Parts: sequence; C-alpha cells; structure tokens
Amino acid sequence: MQPMSGKTLYDKIWDAHVVDTQDGEAILYIDLHLIHEVTTPQAFAGLRVNRRPVRRPDRTLAVADHNVPTEGQALGVDAVADEEARLQLQTLGRNVAEYGIEYFPMGDIRNGIVHVVGPEQGRTQPGMTIVCGDSHTSTHGAFGALAHGIGTSEVEHVLATQTLRQKKAKNFRVRIEGEPAPGVGAKDYALAVIGQIGTAGGTGYVIEYAGSAVRALSMEGRMTLCNLTIEGGARAGLVAPDDTTFDYLKGRPATPKGGAWEMALGYWKTFFTDDDAVFDREIVLDAAQIAPTVTWGTSPEDVVAITGHVPDPASFETPDKRASAERALEYMGLTPGQPITEAKVDVVFIGSCTNSRIEDLRSAAKIAAKALEGGRKVAEGVRAMVVPGSGLVSAQAEEEGLDEIFKAAGFEWREPGCSMCLGMNPDKLTSGQRCASTSNRNFEGRQGRGGRTHLMSPAMAAAAAIAGHIADVRDFL
Amino acid sequence: MEAFTRLDAPAAPLPLSNIDTDQIIPKQFLKTVERAGLAKGLFYEYRFDEQGREKPDFVLNQPAYKGAGVLITGDNFGCGSSREHAPWALMDFGIKAVISTSFADIFYNNCFQNGLLPVVLKAEQVAQLMDEARGGNHVVSIDLEAQTVTSPSGASFTFEIDAQRKQKMLQGLDAIGETLQAAPSIDLYEQKRALDRPWLERA
Repeated sequence: MQPMSGKTLYDKIWDAHVVDTQDGEAILYIDLHLIHEVTTPQAFAGLRVNRRPVRRPDRTLAVADHNVPTEGQALGVDAVADEEARLQLQTLGRNVAEYGIEYFPMGDIRNGIVHVVGPEQGRTQPGMTIVCGDSHTSTHGAFGALAHGIGTSEVEHVLATQTLRQKKAKNFRVRIEGEPAPGVGAKDYALAVIGQIGTAGGTGYVIEYAGSAVRALSMEGRMTLCNLTIEGGARAGLVAPDDTTFDYLKGRPATPKGGAWEMALGYWKTFFTDDDAVFDREIVLDAAQIAPTVTWGTSPEDVVAITGHVPDPASFETPDKRASAERALEYMGLTPGQPITEAKVDVVFIGSCTNSRIEDLRSAAKIAAKALEGGRKVAEGVRAMVVPGSGLVSAQAEEEGLDEIFKAAGFEWREPGCSMCLGMNPDKLTSGQRCASTSNRNFEGRQGRGGRTHLMSPAMAAAAAIAGHIADVRDFL
Repeated sequence: MEAFTRLDAPAAPLPLSNIDTDQIIPKQFLKTVERAGLAKGLFYEYRFDEQGREKPDFVLNQPAYKGAGVLITGDNFGCGSSREHAPWALMDFGIKAVISTSFADIFYNNCFQNGLLPVVLKAEQVAQLMDEARGGNHVVSIDLEAQTVTSPSGASFTFEIDAQRKQKMLQGLDAIGETLQAAPSIDLYEQKRALDRPWLERA
C-alpha cells in the first residue's frame, strides 16, 4: 500500500467545507457570499418565483460597483444618467432591503469594487470559502481562502442554500523564486505566468502560488496575482496565509477582536500545504528573469517583455493560433517586429479589482511625482485617469496627498468603481483608442468597442502616461 | 430548465480560439434585470458594424445558418467573465449545443444550469465537423442519452460527459431543489461551524 501523502492548502479548505455528497458532487458550504448589481437581479427573481428565503443574509454582503459612474456619487443612484444602469442599481437596493442583506450603496465611503471591499473590511479571511458572481473573485485567494466566480444560477443557489455543488479541481503549484529586478512586481509575475501556461493552462485546476518571491509580496501584490489567476483559466488562486496576511487583517472592521482573534489565528495557521503533498502539476519561475511585462494582443496570454517586439503571427505553432494572432494584430493596429515601446497611447487607466489598492496608487504616484520633479506631466493629448478601488482607498490616498500629485501631473482623480476595466459605466474607450491599462482583460471591445488595451502594472501605466507611449518604467525610477 | 435529450439542427462553424464571454455578449447588454431577450446582443460586435448593420460575412448572418441550433467553435470557448448572460444569449438566439475541443470552467458550469449542452470532442473531430458544416448539408445530430454527435455525412463521434450532469440535463432538474434535500446536513454543518468558528457568527 502506498503511504498517504499530505494535503495541499486547497485540499484542506475543501475538506473543511464539505457538508454532504450527492451523486458524486460535493455540497460545499460557503462562508462569504459577495454580491453586486449586475449578476444578481435574475437570481433574486428566481428566489421570489420559488418562494425561497435567503438562508444566511448575515453571510452575504452587497456592493454597487460595475455600473456606477466615477463622478457625482454623492448624488446617489437616482442621479445615474443611464436608465438601465439606474434600474439595475435600484433593483439591488430593493432586493437587499427585502431580504435583509447588508449593503454598501453608491456614495457610502465603504463602497467600492467588490474584491477591494471584502479584504479591506476584513470579511475575507483565511480558510474561508468565498464566492461572487464575478470571475475575479479569485482575488480573495491571496488570504488563503478558496474563492471563485460563479454564474447567476449559482448565485441563486448560494442565496437559497449557502452551499455550492462542486466537483473537486486538481492541484497546480506555481512557484516564483528569487529576487525581482527593480520595477518588477506582482502584475509582471502574473502576466509572465499566463504567458507561459496560456489562457486555458489552468482550466480544471486550483493554483497555489508559492516560493520566496510570492512570500515577499504584500497583500496587495498577492491580490493582484490571485486576481489574474482566472486569466490563466484556473478559477481560484491561493497563497498560504502568513504574518503578512495576519498583519493586514488585524484591526479591520470585520476581523475578530481580543480572545476571538487568538482563536481565529490558531485556526488560520492550520491552512498551509503539507511538505509531502503532491501536486498534479507544478511550474517554477525565476523572479530575476521576469522583466516589466505588457500585453500586445487581445488575450492575456499575448505578453511581451517591455524590451521586446510585437511578434510575427507566422511564428505561432498552429493554424488556429496564427489566425488568432493575425486577427489580434489587425485589431490592435500593430505590425510584426515593431518594438512594443513604439505604441503611442491615447488613454491611461489606473484602477480595477486588479490594481486599485493603496499600494498600487502609491507606486503610480511615485512615477508621477518623479516626473513632476523633472518638470514633466502627462503627455500632450493623453487622457490619464486614476480610479481608486473603494471610498476608503480614495480617502487614504487623499490623506497621503497622492491625489494632489496625480492632479498636478495631469491625471484625473475619480470616484471608485469598476469603471473602464469593462466600460459598463460612462468610462469607455472609443474605437481605435489605445489604452495602457492596469486592468485584467485585453479582449476585443472590453474597454469600449474598437478600443485597444495593453495590460501592465500601475507604475508602467503611469510611465506610459508621462511618455505618451508604452514605456519602460525603469527609465522613470 | 428545459430538458435536453436529442437535437437535430443546422450547425454553424465559428473557427476561432479563446472566444471570451465579452465577445459572446458585450457589456452593454448586461444591464438587464431579465434573463430573456438577450439574443439581440449575441456576438454583437461580430454580427453588426458600428452603424448597427449586419455584417454579411459573419456566419450567423448568412442565410444558410440563420436557424443554427449548434455552434462549432475553437479551443477554450467561453473564457473570461463569469456572466451567465452568455449561455442565456446563446439559448435565446436558438443555440442549444456548442461543440469545441475545450471550454472555460465557469462557462461550462453555467451551460448546465440552463440546459445548453457543451460537447467536448477531439481536435480532429471538431475540425471534420467544422469542414462538413461549411458544406451544403450542415445538419448535425446530438444524442445525449447515447453521448454521440453525428456529422452531416453520417460520421459518428462519442463524447464524454459527467454522469450526474447528463442525468440532470436529460430531466431538466433544478439544482436548488436537490440541494435542499440535504438541508439537515447543512443545519448540522452550521451548528458545528458556530462552535468551531464562533467569530464568523454575527453578535
């Protein structure tokens, strides 16, 4: 008989949440259900039709983020100009009132992007299961919580039962070891990983990030890394909790206090991968070999080092890939062999659930401050916008004077929300506009019909704003 | 949910990889509070130009494929956003099955919640179906009970599907009703959780 191998972090969280098994499917208990206006109206309608209550309104938290305008939020929902967006926000307001769910509405300082709010409030905790009708729920895995996106039917299922029917995924470990070069961070790691495994490389897996470079990341950095896990096809990313995690959580509004904190801490510390655990797949990256990275195409796997060139479609292996690359280059208005730094930008977007936290804003502001010292500002003709992830991030940034730096350097300082990451609100690209964006998806039309998105870190986006073209942040440090 | 047993329908070839849910149904159609009526936004940017006119080249705009019930497409279909509006839009348009070599996880799950059948076949089988669907006869038959896809020329391919998911599709079963049968287990779990992790209970 083979000896039993140890458990992975994912195995441990999974085992701690299996309520029952029906027909080979686990019924998994959900500790935290985050909801927002876009993927819930049909779920509440389903509950109503079937006369089902919400099982645990106290384990559910609602925010308004996808649709909200990034100005004039103090005026409230009734002032939202877009009629359909307004109706959706009003519908959420009615639904949470009817079912007794806590809600941070537009204009509340605690409101913001759902994946910024959960951690910031201390709702996201190690060892939890967390779901939300949004694929970037993977973000919360940074705390060692099993967190992933679900569809609206599953939102209804969780509301009604506080559980989700699941088949277990496979275990995939991504180790990033060593010291990064200056100007390189979590966003570059994430893009490098996706570039290596491809946008479907993680399908069917949960990815655990490990290695010295991951351990050295702040919680903000870990959130960026886990956030982008879905772009590599894996629904959830994980980082085992450690002192960085516990320090971040201590004293947050929803984290336990006093004796309960000690009790929780003891529990949280049981969530790590055993030394003898076996992964179904594993890759190792050397942080020192990762350059500041940007995307050139229309899939997050289309990555290139900032010192690199736009690839030639002929260099791709399969006819399918060649056709996709040709289509991407035509859409992006780029030519094979062109240095990526030649791409002139029209818009710079610093924000989204990937990169709108305080540390992200600090790193972008640092580049803006440096430019100001040298007498430079946002390049002529470039619209650069900064959209903080929540009202509290915004307040913190203002306390640190970051808003003043941005404004002095020619950036717009806006109110929180998902904004131009997906352009459901008025912040959109127009056809042909090229955008240096700190968001997560460079899909065709994602930021506006015909818009051209290049994904990169906040510091790189700030550098692009100053230079007027995609630029190497190391020239701005 | 409507049951899926057998389908004989025209199949439309869409030979692109990594079609994400933003392509299937763009953001501007996500502001609805309804499930129905999303067909108008399906593949919007592929189907319509900036003036809102139909692009004649796009497969679903061609008269031969107007009534397509099956879509044959490239790898990793449905990647990106979790929006269930993607299967809703496909179903509302009349698509009842999608054939590909692979699907993204969340989209794949969402299909089963709505009676839209995602069929995974080998690359060469998808390529053959794609080729045949480009010809004059492009009616494909899918038999879920037998787990087969039959091409217009009569070639038959077997596909794999999870046994439980298959049963639910065949019967059009509601997952919530089924889970609620396990309510005593959920009660028990919650009681235990309240003791083990009291800090998660609201005071």
